[in-house]
Amino acid sequence: MAEPYTTIDCDVLVVGAGGTGLRAAVAAAEAGCRVQVVSKSLLGKAHTVMAEGGIAAGLGNVDADDSWTVHFADTMRGGKMLNNWRMVEIYAKEVIDRVFELERWGGLFDRTEDGRIMQRAFGAHSHRRLCHVGDRTGLELIRTCQDKAVHTPGVEVSMEYTLTQLLGDGHHVTGAIGYDRNDGQFVVVRAKAVVLATGGWGRMYRTTSNSWEGTGDGAAMAYLAGAELLDMEFVQFHPTGMIWPPGARGILVTEAVRGEGGMLFNSEGQRFMLEYDPQKKDLSSRDVVARSIFKEVKAGRGTPHGGAYLDIRHRGAEYIKKKLPSMWEQFHSLASVDITREPMEVYPTIHYTMGGVRVDPESAATRVAALYAAGEVAGGLHGSNRLGGNSLGDILVFGKRAGEYAAEYAKTVGSAPVIADAQVAEAQSDALRFLAGDGDATGENPYLLHEALQDAMQDDAGIARDQQSLTRSLEAILELQERAKRMRVGGGRVLNPGWHSCMDVVNMLTVSEAIVRSALERKESRGSQWRLDYPDLSEEQGRVNYAVYRDGELMRIRAVPLEPIPVELSRHLEDG
Amino acid sequence: MEVRVFRGVPGGEQGEVAYDVPPVEGMVVLDAIHHIQKHLQTDLACRWNCKAAKCGSCSAEINGTPRLMCKTRIDELPEGPVTVRPLAAFPLIKDLVTDVSWNYEVNKKIPPFTAAEGDRGPWRIQEVDIDRLYEFRRCIECFLCQDVCHILRNHDMRDRFYGPRFFVRVAGLEMHPKDVLNRVEQTRAEGGLGLCNITKCCTEVCPEHIHITDNAIIPLKERNADAHWDPINFVRRKLRRDSGGGAATRGLDEEPAGGPPR
Repeated sequence: MAEPYTTIDCDVLVVGAGGTGLRAAVAAAEAGCRVQVVSKSLLGKAHTVMAEGGIAAGLGNVDADDSWTVHFADTMRGGKMLNNWRMVEIYAKEVIDRVFELERWGGLFDRTEDGRIMQRAFGAHSHRRLCHVGDRTGLELIRTCQDKAVHTPGVEVSMEYTLTQLLGDGHHVTGAIGYDRNDGQFVVVRAKAVVLATGGWGRMYRTTSNSWEGTGDGAAMAYLAGAELLDMEFVQFHPTGMIWPPGARGILVTEAVRGEGGMLFNSEGQRFMLEYDPQKKDLSSRDVVARSIFKEVKAGRGTPHGGAYLDIRHRGAEYIKKKLPSMWEQFHSLASVDITREPMEVYPTIHYTMGGVRVDPESAATRVAALYAAGEVAGGLHGSNRLGGNSLGDILVFGKRAGEYAAEYAKTVGSAPVIADAQVAEAQSDALRFLAGDGDATGENPYLLHEALQDAMQDDAGIARDQQSLTRSLEAILELQERAKRMRVGGGRVLNPGWHSCMDVVNMLTVSEAIVRSALERKESRGSQWRLDYPDLSEEQGRVNYAVYRDGELMRIRAVPLEPIPVELSRHLEDG
Repeated sequence: MEVRVFRGVPGGEQGEVAYDVPPVEGMVVLDAIHHIQKHLQTDLACRWNCKAAKCGSCSAEINGTPRLMCKTRIDELPEGPVTVRPLAAFPLIKDLVTDVSWNYEVNKKIPPFTAAEGDRGPWRIQEVDIDRLYEFRRCIECFLCQDVCHILRNHDMRDRFYGPRFFVRVAGLEMHPKDVLNRVEQTRAEGGLGLCNITKCCTEVCPEHIHITDNAIIPLKERNADAHWDPINFVRRKLRRDSGGGAATRGLDEEPAGGPPR
């Protein structure tokens, strides 16, 4: 028998309130649906605010010969051709309209001399392509979408709710269950369709630019509900994170620093990127730059805190403060470094997860009926390595599509789905088992398990991996999964972060297992996957994606052959 | 190192609890709170997200001053215990977390950006025409300005005052060259613009260094004065017995009793 809970009824449930969730909510509401957005944090705090560089779109405002076809080719090459070509095509075409739409909704951009949207250079983009506003484009995007969403009739937002489980029968979802973080009371959202917009998962690594929210809830919930997880081995290390002071380790240093002319040096004053990628230099793709910094430090040419120098001083104080204001502020306040006078010390930090829920490229539908996924939680667009600026575009293009297709589906469902009381009761006891109540609070501490998981992932499934390290990592994860069953925390249900962490740890362990199993399966180096024991590209493995799925209690993996690229598109790959 | 953290829930036991936290080079207050959560008190509640001063979640009162915990370095605070308390202007939920949902209700009342019917772009906008807006758009909604403002903090006038954050929001919309609405009258009548007596406390605590008073509130007050206090317009309204003019004689620039918290 379930304990009392509140029921929210809606047509479309949107899980997550970053750029994807908000864009999806607007799309579904405009299609005539009642939309319920559920957010783990306050509105406007999602990880989207951390995106700094810009939105990649082939407007050609600065470099006139840019276009969607060139953007398509750059993105495919950046992902080492493992991308879903149809997603890339849709993305490169539609992101242009999404940028103009954002401006129509009141979003601001830096401007060119003739008053058009300014575009800047970015890693592995062959043209100046990133529409931006200083180095806080993500904040502009989320604030604009937030204001649009709250003023769109039909959109309701519940802030600070955690959803723990999708409800349904393994083939079809009917909503989700979770709790209000502030009072710990359960809530069931009954929905005709569900859009997952929960973002990525970087928190299982020690050095990460992700906020606490990046625990992979969406991927774990989708996996348990019967969806497949694609390309999970590909986890992006952003080449430049802060490295000092210790508390700031991992905080992102935007690629816009290099886009605006910043250069990387080792401790001997050598501009090492000239050697690793003589053509694209400091603006090579993220996988290449991250590996280069890693190699320089390994070779003993690191900075005092074990990183590389990133130097932008030559652009002058006024320019730096105009184009990179938040970087100036960040280094000034956290590290007491004035970047107009001193170089920054940087080292790779976990930043983005290319893999995710396997979706249909047109509709963002998963293989589970009524379940959609878009943005970072979905896989396919970025292949084995994402280009900077392609994430803010992704969330708008596929957020909108997911919202529209979910709305279309919801309209075909006659009455509100029926939720079985037993399923609710089971989900409740799954969550409540971690609370010691008046009983014995001795058990595993979720924070310490999280720390152990971070060690297993950072050290053995990190930037460089091999069979041995990955096997070690998998063993550690499986052992932690056992220990996680014994997590116990004190305190009550009112805003208890220890209790919330238990749920996060369970999700992170599921997603970590998927990462490591996929990394073991891919016996080659491609994009962000750098296998020391298989240092080269494999032609054979370049023809498949790996997908993880649930078979009872077992995690299984299968190879999914890539769809051939149609001739009229592959033509664009030969240009340039 | 001693960190004294406010703990408690409404109606329950409340007070500061002292924790001993090992100092780490360059650590910020949020690092200390995380240490406490991890090792000493797993159910200590605080909000945080990005830990990089970009999301505005971890607002608190540190040694009595509203600040972001992620941006406040302990080595820059005076020697001695550090006290961390929740924002005083909002209702307590638990420990360092307060109920800030009122702010989101205010935002809903402000009409969103609206361009002219049919003006769908792509637009040509000169940077000089939007230069002053960039500053307003930096706002990370940490609500420290709302917390420090005496009209909210000491006088609890949430029913008739939007607060500095939303004057910034309105200013950003009003000054957008493509926006066609006028929100000044609403900001005066419903938002209590006249209640602000420009003590600049909000500007002082803004972690994004937005000149809230000088660049947002004062220009809005000037626009309001143009609409209501321009003597020629005043006479014109009187002559026309324009009922809309009556608003100008009601309750404008009322000051609540008491001054700013100092």
